[in-house]
This record gives sequence, C-alpha cells and structure tokens, in this order.
Amino acid sequence: MLRTRLRGVTLTDIVVWLIGIVILVGMIWGSVATIRLGKYSPSTWTDLIVTGLALGGVYALIALGYTLVYGILRMINFAHSEVFMSGAFTATFAATGLVSLGWWDRFPILSLLIVLVVAAMVSATVAFLVERVAYRPLRNAPRLVPLITAIGASFFLQYTFRGLYGSGLKGYPEMALFKGEVVLLGIRFFKTQLVVIVGAILMMIVLYVIVQYTKVGKAMRAVSEDKDTAALMGIDVDRTISTTFVLGGASAGIAGILYLLLFPVAHFFMGFIPGLKAFTAAVLGGIGNVPGAFLGGIVLGLLESVGPSLFLDGLGIPAAYQLKDAIAFTVLVFILIFRPSGILGERLTETKV
Amino acid sequence: MTRLSPLFRETMRSALIGGAAALLLALVGMVESFRERFIISGWFNVGQVLFLVPIWYAIYTTLRRFPEENRKNTLLAAFVGGAVGSFPLVLLLLLGSVINLRAMFVNASPMLYRILTFNQGLGLGIFLLIFVAALFGLTAGAMLQLPQRWRRALIQGLIWVFVVGLMRDLILTVTNRWGPLAPIFRSIFATNGLTPVGGILLFLIITGLSYRRQQKNASPKKPLDSKARWIVLAGVALVFIFLPQILGLYFSEILDNVMMYILMGLGLNIVVGYAGLLDLGYVAFFAIGAYTTGVLTSPELNAQPLTYWQALPFAMLISMISGVILGLPVLKLRGDYLAIVTLGFGEIVRLLVLSDWLRPWLGGTQGIQLIAQPQIGNLVLKSQVQLYYLFLVGVATVVFIAWRLKDSHIGRSWMALREDEDVARAMGINHVTTKLLAFATGALFSGIAGTIFAAKLTSVYPHSMNFLVSINVLALIILGGMGSIPGVFVGALVLIGAPELLREFAEYRYLVYGALLVAMMIYRPEGLWPEARRRLELHEEEEGPATDALSPSPTE
Repeated sequence: MLRTRLRGVTLTDIVVWLIGIVILVGMIWGSVATIRLGKYSPSTWTDLIVTGLALGGVYALIALGYTLVYGILRMINFAHSEVFMSGAFTATFAATGLVSLGWWDRFPILSLLIVLVVAAMVSATVAFLVERVAYRPLRNAPRLVPLITAIGASFFLQYTFRGLYGSGLKGYPEMALFKGEVVLLGIRFFKTQLVVIVGAILMMIVLYVIVQYTKVGKAMRAVSEDKDTAALMGIDVDRTISTTFVLGGASAGIAGILYLLLFPVAHFFMGFIPGLKAFTAAVLGGIGNVPGAFLGGIVLGLLESVGPSLFLDGLGIPAAYQLKDAIAFTVLVFILIFRPSGILGERLTETKV
Repeated sequence: MTRLSPLFRETMRSALIGGAAALLLALVGMVESFRERFIISGWFNVGQVLFLVPIWYAIYTTLRRFPEENRKNTLLAAFVGGAVGSFPLVLLLLLGSVINLRAMFVNASPMLYRILTFNQGLGLGIFLLIFVAALFGLTAGAMLQLPQRWRRALIQGLIWVFVVGLMRDLILTVTNRWGPLAPIFRSIFATNGLTPVGGILLFLIITGLSYRRQQKNASPKKPLDSKARWIVLAGVALVFIFLPQILGLYFSEILDNVMMYILMGLGLNIVVGYAGLLDLGYVAFFAIGAYTTGVLTSPELNAQPLTYWQALPFAMLISMISGVILGLPVLKLRGDYLAIVTLGFGEIVRLLVLSDWLRPWLGGTQGIQLIAQPQIGNLVLKSQVQLYYLFLVGVATVVFIAWRLKDSHIGRSWMALREDEDVARAMGINHVTTKLLAFATGALFSGIAGTIFAAKLTSVYPHSMNFLVSINVLALIILGGMGSIPGVFVGALVLIGAPELLREFAEYRYLVYGALLVAMMIYRPEGLWPEARRRLELHEEEEGPATDALSPSPTE
C-alpha cells in the first residue's frame, strides 16, 4: 500500500514538501516564541481577530465574483479587482456629493442605500461590459488567450478610471452613525467593523440563496456543469453568463463600500492587492463554491491580521506588519501547489484545474 | 417605412458604440492632451483624430458587411450614422454646459469643450460637430464605393501621413544629419506636424506608390532563399551597430531602454512563447539580477566590493537558480493557476526587498547606490552610447542562443509541451527538466538585463521592480507575436520606443497596452510578426466548420 503510494513521488515533490515543512515549522516556532514572550495582551489579540474578521468579510465578498465566474467559465477573471475598484471609486464621488447636499448625516440610511446602489450598479455594468467585450468573443480560444485579455482588461480599466477620476487619492467621508465603538459579548468592536461583518454575512446569505434556490441560480449551476447540455435544455448560456458577471460585479461593488468603511481612501490602483487576496480566499475555500469563498475570506483575513504578530514577531523579524501581504501571497502560492481544490472544494480532475 | 432596414439599424448602433468610445477617449483626457500634437500643422491634430476616427471606423466596418446595398442607401446611412455617432459627445457638451462635470470627471474641462466645438461656442459648435462627424461618416461610405485597390492605397496613404506627422521630431533629428537631403525633409514639416502642402504631397506619393505596388505584387510572395536571408540579417545587424550614430545622442536613453526590454522580452519569449508557461512575476528575476549585482559590487553593503565583471557570473547563476526554485513547485500547475502563482512570487520578492527585515542586506526602501560600472581596461562604460553597446552584445548573444534553441531538441520539447502537455509526456518528453530549463533560461536572460540596468543607473530601488515591468514585457511579446524573435524587436520598438517619443502618450501608456492586449487576442492572436507554428496552432480551429459562426466573417 505504502509502496504504491510512494512510487509516484518524485524528487520535485520531496523538494516542495521540504519547503512546505520548513515554513510550517517556522510558523509554529514563531507562534510559540511569541506566546512565550507575552508581548501582546489578550485584548490586543481579540482586536486583531476582529480586524481580521472584518477584512475577511470584504475579501469573501470580492472572492465571490471570482468563484462564480470560475465556476461557470473555468477562467480567472483577472479584471474583477478593477470591478471592485470601479464601484468603490464611484461611491466616493456619490458620497461626497451627498455630503455637500447635506444628506449624509441627515438621512444616513437613505444616503447609504443610494451609495450602495450606485456602487453596485457601476460595478455590475463594468463587469457586464468586460465579459461582453473581452471574454465572449474568445470563449472557445486556447486557455492562455482569455487570461491575457483579462490582464489587458484589468489594465485598461485601471488606467481608464485614472483618466476619468484623476490619479489622486479620494477620501470617503465618515458617517456620524458609524463613529465609535460597541462592546458585544465582552469584545470591543468599532461600529464600522461590525457593519462590515454583518453586511458581508447578509450579502453572502443573499447570494447563496440566489445560487441555490432561484431559477437563475439553477441555470448558473447547470451552465457550470456543462454548457452544451445546458443549452440543449433550453438555457440561454450567454445570458446566464452575463447574469453571473452582473451578480459578481454587484457584490464586488458592495464589497467596495465595505472596504471603504475600513480604509476610507479610494484610488485607481486600490483593486490590485485586495483582488489578489480575494482570489487567494476563493482558492483557499475551494473555487467555484459559495460557502467556500466565505470561509476562505475569513481564514485569509485572520491570517493576515493575526499572522504577522503571531508567526513573525517571535522569530525576531522587525516591523513584521510590513510582511502581511507577503503572508497572504505565500498562502496563495502554497494552497495552489498543495491543494488547488481548497478547503471545501471537490477534488477537481486535472482537466478542470 | 415604419421599421428601419438592417443596414440603417446596424449602422446607427455601431456608430453609437463608436461615439461612446470617442466619449471615453475625451473623458480620460486623451483628446485634450493631444491637442498640440498636429498631424497637419494648424489643420488637424491628434486630439481630433481621437474623437472622429472611432466613429468613422465603426461606420466603415459596419457598412462593409452590407456590400449588396445600393450606393444611395449606403451613403445616406453613412452620413446619418456619422451624425448619430456624434450624439454621445453632444450629450457631454450639453450636460457640461448645465452642471459642473469636473467634480467627478477631472478631464471634462473647458478646454475639452472648446476642442469638441472647434472653438465656435456651444450652439454653432454642436452643429459643427454633428456636421463634421456626418461628413466623416460620409467619407467612410464613399470609400467603400471605390474599387478595392484604390481603397487600400488610400488607407495606406492616410496611415503614412498620420505616422510621419506623429514622428516629426524623430524624423527631423535623423534627417538633419543627412546633409544635402536635410532641407527636403525640413520643408515638409512645420513647427509641429506636417505643413499642409507637405502632407498632401506625402499622401499623394504614398497612395500612388502603394497603388502601383499592388499591381506588381499580384503573385504571392516568395520566401527568401538562404543567401538573401543572410544579407538581410547582416543589414539588420549593421543598422543596430550604427543605430546610435544614425539617431544621434538625443535618443540614446530611449535606445538603452528599448534594448533592455528586448533582452527581457527574449527571455519571457522562451517561457511564454516557446514553452507556453504564462509567467506574470517575470520582474522578480530582473530584480534578482539587479540586486545581486548591487549587493556584490556596492561598497555600501559590502566590505570588499567586486567589480562588475566579477559579479556578473554570480548574478547570472543566482537568477538561474531562482528560476529553478520558482519552477520546481509550479511544475504541476497549468495555465491560469501558474500565472497567479508567478504573480504572487513576484510580489513576495518585491515585498521582501522593501521590508525593514532585509534592510541590512538589501537596503530596504532606500535601495542600493554606488554600484560598480563595467570596465574594460581603463575604459569605464558609463555613457549611454557605451552602455548601448553593452546591451547590444547582450542582445546579440541572447538572440543567438534563443535562435539556436528554437529548433534544437529542447526547443521542440518546449513547443510540444505548449501544444499538449499530456501528449508530449506520453511521447517521452521529460516535462520536469524541460519546464525547469525554460524557467531557468528565461530567468537568466532577465537577470542579465537586470545587471546591466543596475550598472546603467549605478543604483537600484525596489520601486523600479513593480508588476508594471512584467506587463510591459508581456505586452511587447504579445504584440510582436509569441515565440517569434523578430517579434520581440518589433514589440519593443513599438511599445517601449514610440511612447518615449510622444510625451503626451506616457500618461495613457497602460490604458493603451490594456486595450491592445484585448484587441490583439481578439483580432490577431499570433502577433504582428508571427512565428509560423504558432499561427497554425491558433488558427487550426477556425478552419473547421464548427466555429465559423464565432469568427468574424471576412468580407474581402
């Protein structure tokens, strides 16, 4: 039994596993050292965890767009990070407009709704157009081809929005309603963090219901299984794919607002890093899988906020927070190498991966 | 007539799309930035080209799909289509006169409105805009009435006038050194763009020539025999050797940049073009080459600094090893996952270099200064022209290696893996060593580019090692044609050289690159100078009847 399993192992596998084990040992070593040092108090840890949860919620919502599209087309929609950016960037203008009208603090709920709708609509439109212009004509091309157009579309969008809105930073106004902190179950939250966590969970539930229990969702799942058969069953494949992009785009737009609640500055390059991390989250949870995206987002958010202090401080690395993105990307590299199907994902066959 | 005929409906629709594209170009600021860049001095500038040509092109391509329509209908549709195409811009003008769009769209400036209304005020200006757009549409329709041979010649002439007008500075700097010929060139150019007379003359000459040429070239092109090919190659080599002398000192900085990107492009061409492994973290190897040189030769970080030539082998070796290190874990991954992992790898390298943790060794955000410059005998290579020759030696070596590799055993294995990995493995190709060799070779070439880059600037900073470099290189090999060595040169000249000549373009560089990547993949995936096998691969499906409905229908 063992022998048959070992036969497939090559030198490269051993090297890869060795690298993995070294990193894992380093992580455990670092964690133990950090905890023994006792540099951080328990309340610092809970703060970090809350930050991680809020961040994770945002990643989860963006990840959803990757997951839905990957599930249906088996391609990474590289431009999704720019879909997120477009919604968030536009929302800052809507919000500033509402501030100057004086509505922002007088009708906070209405203003929030307006901003949400604007962001979701802009993002959904951008996602729809990207699919229509850059992906649809190439649906039967070799796999490298749509990936390259996706990168192209991503850059085109980034610099288009830079041209439209300018290259400077644009502040997102704070809302009086969300200022301050609340204590819930003995844990201290900023109100914005709570809003982000609750909002992300609500959105995930809505999307899960759409995908699992509505007719559109059923069509999406059918197309994802087999496009040709779905077409024979009377499903309009092009339309279903467009719907998927619109849905993913809208959730990215809403994620954009939630992101702005945490980091209230928008600029044209803001999508790249969160997009890459959200993709990591999608793969981590199992790409093509809605609850997986949520799980992956939360895990990644936690790793990113707790990780630097936990793993790296103990190893004596100065300014460990600078490496939080490096942690996320290391997770990305290793998850893709060791378990590309993710935590919840089915074991995909080689042709699918 | 209650319903519009398909001709009209389609023309209006695509004219509106063209108008929307024109609106986008206006709002991102391109129309305004190019207003001073005249094609024909005082008459016609690139800004006007940018908002009129999308409408023209949309109408032209649509009408081409209706060859059977009678002349009157086509011309009418073209005229009305042009007018309709201007509506998005008219809408912008009307909106802009009522509310301040500038709060959101930074480029919706009074200057833009003045350009769009031809400086004639709102009322007359809008009328003029619609009329000019309609006339443009009409020319598209009129052009389709001409015989094909004339049409091609006309388009050639227009393109040449556009390019020559755009490249005025380059052409004048070069031709000014041609002694007796210089005044001829000086006379057709104004202070910006061509003079009206010069433009018309150039247009007539090119149109006439290309009309005649089409007659001669009726027979299909014969491939060059081997002797002729050697002559062409020797000619190209001579041009490259004397390029700094031909272009003059003013352009050496641009030339150095182009050469550096050619070097990197040749490396990525092996990884992406030959072996089909999409590597988005390619800048990492460039960074590794540059930083190794920096660390080894800079007295800042090193008690006993090496000379450039002593550091070079180490830099090459370390680049190659890092290529293998990246290659090992990603051997099993294909396509898009590979792209993402390499992207992640590139980002990790950048973040590590930036971090305070590695600062004592790599300099952190401050970078590394005082890097040694290459020295031959007593001659220190430091001027841009001298460094150009260093780059040239590097490029020549690398071209030779890449060219020999292409048809070698290993090159064929790469292409087999690219076409179908499973089949290739079944045929006995060792995918591990083959892929690793591709990564190592690509990394080596990029590392060499990095070392020369470090020596050229005598300093390296983490900020110059960003993702955009990888995108530049990727865009240039895709434009030139994946897997094609001359393609790398074409791509680098167009994408790296040309933007440096057009200052206004710098701001929109990546916007255009992005659009270019998409457009190339849709209309010409094999690139401008395709490699023969690649073209076969990409077009094999189109020959079958199954995908006919998807491919754009050729009408000519």
